[in-house]
Amino acid sequence: MNPDELSYSKEHEWVRMESDDVAVVGITDFAQDSLGDVVFVELPEVESEVGQFDKMGEIESVKAVSDLYSPVSGSVLERNEALVDSPELVNDSPYEDGWMLRVAVDDDSELGNLMSASEYEAFLESEDQGH
Amino acid sequence: MQFAGWEMPVRFGGIIAESKAVRTNAGLFDVSHMGRVEIRGEGAGKLLDRVLSVQASRMRIGRARYNVICDESGGIIDDCIVYRLGGERFLLVPNASNTDTVLAWLDRWTQGLESVQIANLTAETAMIACQGPNAAALLQQLADYDLSKLRPFRAASATVNGAKSYLARTGYTGEDGFEIMLTAEAAPDLWSALVKLGASSCGLGARDVLRLEAGLLLHGNDMSADVNPYEAALDRFVDPDREEYVAGGALREIRDSAPSRRIVGFSMLERGIARHDYAILDGEGRATIGRVTSGGPSPTLDMNIGLGYVQIRFAELATRISIEIRGRPTAAEIVALPFYRRSRSA
Repeated sequence: MNPDELSYSKEHEWVRMESDDVAVVGITDFAQDSLGDVVFVELPEVESEVGQFDKMGEIESVKAVSDLYSPVSGSVLERNEALVDSPELVNDSPYEDGWMLRVAVDDDSELGNLMSASEYEAFLESEDQGH
Repeated sequence: MQFAGWEMPVRFGGIIAESKAVRTNAGLFDVSHMGRVEIRGEGAGKLLDRVLSVQASRMRIGRARYNVICDESGGIIDDCIVYRLGGERFLLVPNASNTDTVLAWLDRWTQGLESVQIANLTAETAMIACQGPNAAALLQQLADYDLSKLRPFRAASATVNGAKSYLARTGYTGEDGFEIMLTAEAAPDLWSALVKLGASSCGLGARDVLRLEAGLLLHGNDMSADVNPYEAALDRFVDPDREEYVAGGALREIRDSAPSRRIVGFSMLERGIARHDYAILDGEGRATIGRVTSGGPSPTLDMNIGLGYVQIRFAELATRISIEIRGRPTAAEIVALPFYRRSRSA
């Protein structure tokens, strides 16, 4: 369910490296399922800077507001403008149509701070037992 | 999630899909967490007349009435529905988190009414709400009672899905519907039978969306002991002109003086969702004039709505206000309540 080629953060964001220095960022299937129906996504402006694990925006479901954290550091190249009118894409297609940002990555060694798909799944299981 | 000591589902599928099911077909809610308190014996009506904002002793058997319970200064302890089951037999349905407070409040006003018995039936009974335009058609297939004869805010004993039940045409969604009280043992079978007939299982999340769209207040959010029923726009559910009513004096005084704030409904004009406890600012986004008590998206109306208390001079319809959303004043407008009203043609 979580694509093998992506990297994952503990805050439930994913990263897909498009090239050596361009990353696409979104939230995981677990995150969208936990949030429920997404009704609003607020993302940083194009050309603004985001820091790894720093707050980059907000996501609202019917019930609540949650913070979004960037899984990489860099400069925002593009944001998924389709989410303005169709935030439900995050629910319907978290790894494809529901992507959030394209980021010019400062330092690809930061990916070492993230988890692989199997590590992320183990992390989810350990979280689940903690509850 | 945990709610007032009850394990409650927030959602089964998605809140938006569940809300839509209730608006277009039928949805089921397990509302067993709500209190069920029976008051019976000689003086039962008198006790309730002391405590409730309406005169229970004058209700006809089989009727239900919405009302509030106020303290001696007029603050709202809880809102509830009272049913007259028989001559000196009433059922009170308070909110889950307030049931103990209401029991203590009833107990406090029993002097001279020693034959009144108060029984908390909450744990041994269950309550299922079946709500939506098709609720009556679905439930009729399981009930031995002609539901077309049960008008809104009426209740009757009936056999439902083979189980002895108390059936009320009441709800908290703005749709036609029923609340079915029955033994806890019989409840799961009734739920399954209604699902099989096409009703959707719904959770607390959809219930909150639907009641907000219908402009129905939630105690703890939109009401508390710090507000009175006039501020909460519940005037028509309050009869303070009764000698025996413990909150009567305070409520008469409040009614006859000029109010300083009032609850309003608003809809967002700019992109943004108001949430509980956000500040309400004037139209210029400068001065704080009140606070949001409930807010969220309305899937039915496709806009963002909310309730809150504002200073009285901002309470007029069409007044421009703003909601402080994460530090940013976001334009909104006072609109009429309820936000959503069902069409009665069906």
